[in-house]
Amino acid sequence: MSTKKVDARGLSCPQPVVLTDRAIAEGSTDIEILVDNEVSCENVQRISHKRGFKTQVRHEGSDIIVTATKS
Amino acid sequence: MKNIFSTRAGIIVVGAVIGIGAALLQYFGNPPNMGICVACFERDIAGALGFHRADVVQYLRPEIMGLVLGAVVAALIAGEYKPRGGSSPLIRFFLGIFAMMGALVFLGCPWRTLLRLAGGDGNAILGIAGLIVGIFIGVLFLKNGYSLGRSHAQRKASGWVFPALMLCLFLLLVFQVSFTPGGPIFFSAKGPGSQHAPILFSIAAGLIIGAIAQRSRFCTMGAFRDVILIKDFHLISGVAALLVFAFVTNMVLGQFKPGFEGQPVAHTQHIWNFLGMALSGLAFVLAGGCPGRQLFLSGEGDMDAAIFAIGMIVGAGIAHNFAMASSPKGIGAFGPAAVIVGFLFCLIIGLTQRDKISA
Repeated sequence: MSTKKVDARGLSCPQPVVLTDRAIAEGSTDIEILVDNEVSCENVQRISHKRGFKTQVRHEGSDIIVTATKS
Repeated sequence: MKNIFSTRAGIIVVGAVIGIGAALLQYFGNPPNMGICVACFERDIAGALGFHRADVVQYLRPEIMGLVLGAVVAALIAGEYKPRGGSSPLIRFFLGIFAMMGALVFLGCPWRTLLRLAGGDGNAILGIAGLIVGIFIGVLFLKNGYSLGRSHAQRKASGWVFPALMLCLFLLLVFQVSFTPGGPIFFSAKGPGSQHAPILFSIAAGLIIGAIAQRSRFCTMGAFRDVILIKDFHLISGVAALLVFAFVTNMVLGQFKPGFEGQPVAHTQHIWNFLGMALSGLAFVLAGGCPGRQLFLSGEGDMDAAIFAIGMIVGAGIAHNFAMASSPKGIGAFGPAAVIVGFLFCLIIGLTQRDKISA
């Protein structure tokens, strides 16, 4: 199963959540969301959990990668 | 380390602190039903600087400076100070102008809308209704791919400009600086501009609220937007706490006076109370945050948010100079014009700034 990638770096609220929710609505069950700040990370995690996804967070340089997997 | 302020319980506590704090600020001297109003206070700052000459609303409100500087401290401690900018700044500047015009037609920002409700001002019901409708329209644009584009990291040195400006304004206040006889800096001798809590109390309240609001991501516009957009009740729980605790504190302090007529710094022209806040609500959605949130973001180094805040200050100057601002007697002669032009601007921006960013 291919991972849907979402690049939400530099996008302000609520863009990261809107893009994540759109990916979920399109049926993706494995999503990797790239953000560059804590607020976006928190918000993306919150919407993912709300939609029944489990999340994992890792940092790569100044980027934050949130992996959302449908549970 | 987990951010306890951004949990559900955390944001409720923050809302409660803001509600109680605002009621106390009023008790200690700020205008009635105006313990904290980001729009009114930025308008007062514009007046103090001479950007308008409405002599009843001129005062360098330390709460505004505190909100920014408190957010700076919190962001630095949490490692969230990240200078950034370049996401359609000119558009954000004008969104700030029109957001302020809408707010000055109603006479309040979303925080003051809530505080007016908590003080018994029935006219704020129209304000809240308008705010929700404006946000609803903004959500339609969001769903259609509206975006002002990506911001980019800026130099660490750049993010200090706006907080430094706030510090300078605070010093101008503390030292009561006068540049020419009679002002600026102007200090209202009567009217709401002359009603203020002691400087130390105001700056302390601003700093504390700025810090906890930054940590909790408190945003009154986002609260309603998230309910409409994704049926999420996280942010609105903080807003509800603000309302409830402001109301309870008002009851305890004898500051609750229910009614429509004769409410402090308010008018009863329902249609314009509604439309003014609808314009503001739409502009806040398009700009990504309520006025308070924009100040907290600017403390994190977000220069697009700072431009919006400056737009609001400039908009206040324009609104009072061009007879667009309301008073307790009612709307200004060009208030309706401001609302119409503002809606036109926001509609055009909402429709043309479409998302060409592929996810």
